[in-house]
Amino acid sequence: MSGAAVRLESTAPTRRAVPAPIRRRRLLISIADHSLLIVAAIAFLAPVVFIGLTSLMTTDQALSSQLWPSPFRWRNYVDVFSSAPLWRWALNSFIYASLATIGLLVSSVPVAYAFARLRFRGREPLFLVVLVALMLPPQVTVVPLYVMWAKLGLIGSLWPLIIPNWLGDAFAIFLLRQFFLTIPEEYLDAARVDGCGELRILTSVVLRLAKPAIAAVALFSVLYTWNDFFLPLLYVGENPDHWVASIGLAQFRSLHQVQWNLTMAATLLIMLPVVVVFFLAQKAFVEGVTLTGVKG
Amino acid sequence: MSSLPATGAGPAAVPAVDRRRARRRAGWRRRLTVLAFLSPWLAGFAIFFGYPLVMTTYLSFFHYDLLNPPRWVGLANYRYLFGQDAQIWPAVENTLVFIAMSVPLQVLFAFGIAVLITRAKAGVGVFRTVFYLPALVPPVAATLGFVYLLNPATGPVNTILGWLGIEGPLWFNDPSWSKPSLVMLGLWGIGNTMIIFLAAVLDVPRHLYESAELDGAGGWRRLRYVTLPTISPVLLFAVVLGVIQGLQYFTQAFVAANVAAGQASQGGAVSTLELGYPEGSTLFYPVLLYYHGFRFFNMGYASAMAVLLLVVAFAATSLIIRGSRRRVHYGTTR
Repeated sequence: MSGAAVRLESTAPTRRAVPAPIRRRRLLISIADHSLLIVAAIAFLAPVVFIGLTSLMTTDQALSSQLWPSPFRWRNYVDVFSSAPLWRWALNSFIYASLATIGLLVSSVPVAYAFARLRFRGREPLFLVVLVALMLPPQVTVVPLYVMWAKLGLIGSLWPLIIPNWLGDAFAIFLLRQFFLTIPEEYLDAARVDGCGELRILTSVVLRLAKPAIAAVALFSVLYTWNDFFLPLLYVGENPDHWVASIGLAQFRSLHQVQWNLTMAATLLIMLPVVVVFFLAQKAFVEGVTLTGVKG
Repeated sequence: MSSLPATGAGPAAVPAVDRRRARRRAGWRRRLTVLAFLSPWLAGFAIFFGYPLVMTTYLSFFHYDLLNPPRWVGLANYRYLFGQDAQIWPAVENTLVFIAMSVPLQVLFAFGIAVLITRAKAGVGVFRTVFYLPALVPPVAATLGFVYLLNPATGPVNTILGWLGIEGPLWFNDPSWSKPSLVMLGLWGIGNTMIIFLAAVLDVPRHLYESAELDGAGGWRRLRYVTLPTISPVLLFAVVLGVIQGLQYFTQAFVAANVAAGQASQGGAVSTLELGYPEGSTLFYPVLLYYHGFRFFNMGYASAMAVLLLVVAFAATSLIIRGSRRRVHYGTTR
């Protein structure tokens, strides 16, 4: 993978010695490339480093322009839990993420299979509708939906966030379909010859082959729900016991006006699960992102 | 299966009818299967998409505050939207300016980093992780972090600029710097785009580079005449996605405005609810829609705004796709 585009000279039919000026030029370019990358990488890491440093300062110090904590106040990470119901918010986020993700998988897999593997009239136009649904801003549909949930008395709960996921998600359908299309037809035909119905084929053949795609969709869904802010802002209501992590964090500053240190500690704590999940499932993430783009 | 001809008595007639009936039955079964497989999405689409789309359009002709029954007002919402509302055009302008600033920068930046990573000889995995990870960070957390980093008086960025003898701007507290600050926040989160570009660049067939090199093309010209045209569909995808996301840009603007306003009010200045702090510069269209719909409960007016957004989002998407069809190369990528 590394340097796939670089070592072209080695594949040239006759290898001649590269003249010294060109070699020097290449070296300089390579040094420039790497320095640019390193500078950019430092710029990308710096925000997290400063957030981390500030989270360890005293309240007064966090309000000053000092950059290095002295003393290191590790107690902030204890205090932050007593200053706001972080566990409660995390639990709500967790409930939202898990129920939404399970529903999304159960409901989207068969739909994606139908779009990828079953032949029926109107398949292409219908799939186009999925894509349109994927592209339209959520703000377009949100007013009547809010009215609907209000009439059902579900504002102030997690249900308006969870229930829609149990009826198919456009992004999941799109991504799973892309993957199902890559499964060789022979596998499915073999199962058909053995007398399997489509449901059996889906559960016994396709699901087994599609594990990486399903993992990627599940990860994206968990990530999306954990990060989601707009919909929870509409639906979770005023009671802090029903807030999810993102809402709680956004309100944190208004609860603790000047305490940047605690705010940054909470910020870092809410970033943490995402980073941990990423390192546990790095490959699935990268494969999933690639799947959305290259064949889109 | 049971309809297979059992005897040779009526060689043509009976089996043919049987077979036709069996085929028809199989056809129905197939259709039912398709329907069953599609049913979750069909129901979901009807409830969470079809119904609200119709309802939004319907409500846009009413005055509705959620408490009293909707009252028919005809085109009044639209007249107000296109004529009298003093906030709408600034909001539209903010949104368009922000898209025009952030989308090209994001695509360029992501492409640059992706190309640099493909040329790197060491630490590819580390670089990829460093540039990708911020894209996963919760937007609220990232925004809070940036508002702190860019805090005019005590934030690390202005502190470091101060060491260099530069007086840093007021960032999120200055109407002419608040959007660039949000653009920077967006650039920090380009990881997804970067990964997609990276995969696309690595997918460019090698022989294209080789023949270009034989023709005497240097590094820059290979990039310009081989890499760029070959991955242009992916670039287009990123632009379309960027515009669509720009049209629904909400969380970062909303959180940044609230937090920065809170921080300024400690100085004793801002007290009343100010939309799009500072001075309306972060009042984007979706933010204004949110305030109308869910703070002021002008459901009818918010619906009219939603209809306009729908039209614009639809038009923008098809326009970009059609307009760039000529310039995008769809040939050899697959």
